[in-house]
Amino acid sequence: MATLSLKNISKSYGQTQVLKDISLDIEDGEFVSLVGQSGCGKSTLLRILAGLEAQDSGDVSIGGVPVNDTAPKDRNIAMVFQDYALYPHMSVAENMAMPLIMARLPMHARLPLLRHLAPAHGKHRPGIDRDVAAVAKKLRIDHLLDRRPAQLSGGQRQRVALGRALVRDPKIFLMDEPLSNLDAKLRVQVRREITELHASSGLTFVYVTHDQIEAMTMSSRVALMQNGSLLQVDKPNALYANPASVDVARFIGSPEINILAGTSVGGAVHLGGLSMQVSLAPAGSALTGPVQIGIRPENIVLKDTPELAYPVENGPSISISFERQAIEDLGSEVLVHGRLSVQPDLDIRIRAQKSSDYGSGLLSRRQSFEVRVNPAHLLLFDANGARLAANPLRRADTPMPAPKLAVEPMTADVS
Amino acid sequence: MKQAGLTPLQRKQARFAYWLVAPATLLIALIYVLPILIVVLVSFTDYTLVSDYYEFVGLQNYRTMASDTQFGNALHNTFVYALYFLPAAFGVSLFLAIAIQERKQFRSILEVLYFLPVTSTLAAVALVWAALLDSRQGIINGIIRSLGFEPVNFLGSQDIVLFSLAMISLWSIIGFNMVLFLAGLTAIPKSLYEAAAIDGADHPVDKFLKVTWPMLGPTAMFVAVTTTITAFKLFDNVAIITRGGPDKASEVFLYLAFLEGFEYFNMGYSAALSVAFLMIIFLFALMQALFVDRKVQY
Repeated sequence: MATLSLKNISKSYGQTQVLKDISLDIEDGEFVSLVGQSGCGKSTLLRILAGLEAQDSGDVSIGGVPVNDTAPKDRNIAMVFQDYALYPHMSVAENMAMPLIMARLPMHARLPLLRHLAPAHGKHRPGIDRDVAAVAKKLRIDHLLDRRPAQLSGGQRQRVALGRALVRDPKIFLMDEPLSNLDAKLRVQVRREITELHASSGLTFVYVTHDQIEAMTMSSRVALMQNGSLLQVDKPNALYANPASVDVARFIGSPEINILAGTSVGGAVHLGGLSMQVSLAPAGSALTGPVQIGIRPENIVLKDTPELAYPVENGPSISISFERQAIEDLGSEVLVHGRLSVQPDLDIRIRAQKSSDYGSGLLSRRQSFEVRVNPAHLLLFDANGARLAANPLRRADTPMPAPKLAVEPMTADVS
Repeated sequence: MKQAGLTPLQRKQARFAYWLVAPATLLIALIYVLPILIVVLVSFTDYTLVSDYYEFVGLQNYRTMASDTQFGNALHNTFVYALYFLPAAFGVSLFLAIAIQERKQFRSILEVLYFLPVTSTLAAVALVWAALLDSRQGIINGIIRSLGFEPVNFLGSQDIVLFSLAMISLWSIIGFNMVLFLAGLTAIPKSLYEAAAIDGADHPVDKFLKVTWPMLGPTAMFVAVTTTITAFKLFDNVAIITRGGPDKASEVFLYLAFLEGFEYFNMGYSAALSVAFLMIIFLFALMQALFVDRKVQY
């Protein structure tokens, strides 16, 4: 077990800077996911951690000890690769024994043919085989030990790769998109197995993925990366509920959050002439200018549709008229696409649970709806995408009663 | 495939497929199979180029071969030549391929440089080599003399001539084998080396033994077999540079077959030699197909 610390890591390939001054501290026993779109630098960061790639500047420390000049094998890490990188010419047992053979046997005892003469080979080999068998049993691959990787299924190969990593008793476990080559069903199963492995081993895990579901479900903390920078590092739920920027809000959550163009007049937020019943506080209280209003698809309520079920919610709400365009039935949920009257040029996504009345056809017959949004659910960002703190307006603060239905959009206000 | 299990459409397609492969099959039969059959037939006769009369002599030509000292000499020379040539043609190419592959700069320039000899006309280059290696006027001996050593009679000494021929062939084949090895090396996934580095196999010897060599198996097998066949079919350099000399010291298998057929006009015997040659080559190909291919494919 060990802590892990990255300090001001930068890396460029030629003219392209792939990592820009990244600092990240990972606690002992944490499960941290590096998540982001492909090309955001998350794999490069992991490879720098592993020592497979050298950073241009900055420091990597493991357990408080700088390891900038330490070879990968001496960093006490294990790594599972995206394509598993199993040695195709070796059996499962030999694959898993490899790190132990390298660590416990001297060079002359590893050479082909000659090794049978080396006393170290005879002395250490039984112990190696015993350790391999123990890990294989734990991962339930002990019946596969004699097979070659080509004879295994994707899930089995995945487990062998885990086994090869586990057998050396590492302090830190690095994984580079280990589930991306598995089919959807298996992915869910292995996801749970990895989570259990993390819990039972207590090791520090660093996990690279482009899949927000993997990151959200498995990690104790998620580090969201974009264009070589860390956007936000936080607990999964905090990342969803409290994104630091519009980019984070866009990445976390599915379907993607709706971002509308609003304005702030002295801290009071409007959307196309409609008061959003929130005021920016405390830093933005005097802000006058464009703001971005984020509304998650699951926080928009389609009024008067008994076909859809919403959690009971009391409190203030804003009503806007909505023009339905398409419906996507996901089985337990529905996605409704359409336009808001206050911003007709933007595609709006609404997500809702089906109720027992679903199937009456009401939803598909009607075009015009009224939607309701609780101002407490709004996420506000400035024009550059930085998060703005906001307070719902109390009744007393409201200068005028919020209109039940939106007026025609005031295009002058929409920037 | 059972004929009964085919639908009418499949049967029609199968018939059409036979028509499509017919021209190629015919060409292969005419160009490869028929000549081989004729050579085998001729090897059972005493046919000579100078007489129309010939008769079947059964295995007489093969019996002659067994007791022919020229045949023994040619076989011996071929094997000695292969012994010089093969390890170098395999090992040096592999070494160069690994060395070049790890280079970032100049890689393509080096590739071209090493591959250039492959593109040259062998007969012309053989003459150049003969001039370079000449015992009196040759540049190489000039260099040796200027360094204060005794000149070496590369092509005129019975002990050295096969070695010299092997080096000339080596020069012309290294680039080719190297490109084959490079292709094999490029196909090895980089992540295997990274996994090896994390597993502790980061020493060049370990990397080679644990990853490169096993993964290069199919390529190495192919290079070994084609190079062996190349060694056994040595002819042009001998014909152009030494003509089997000095005193038959460089008379190799195919050159003997050529001499018997086209210098002494013993077509029957020459055909028997060719059949023996074919058998040797066939043996190597069989070895690759049956035995080793299975051990190097994963």
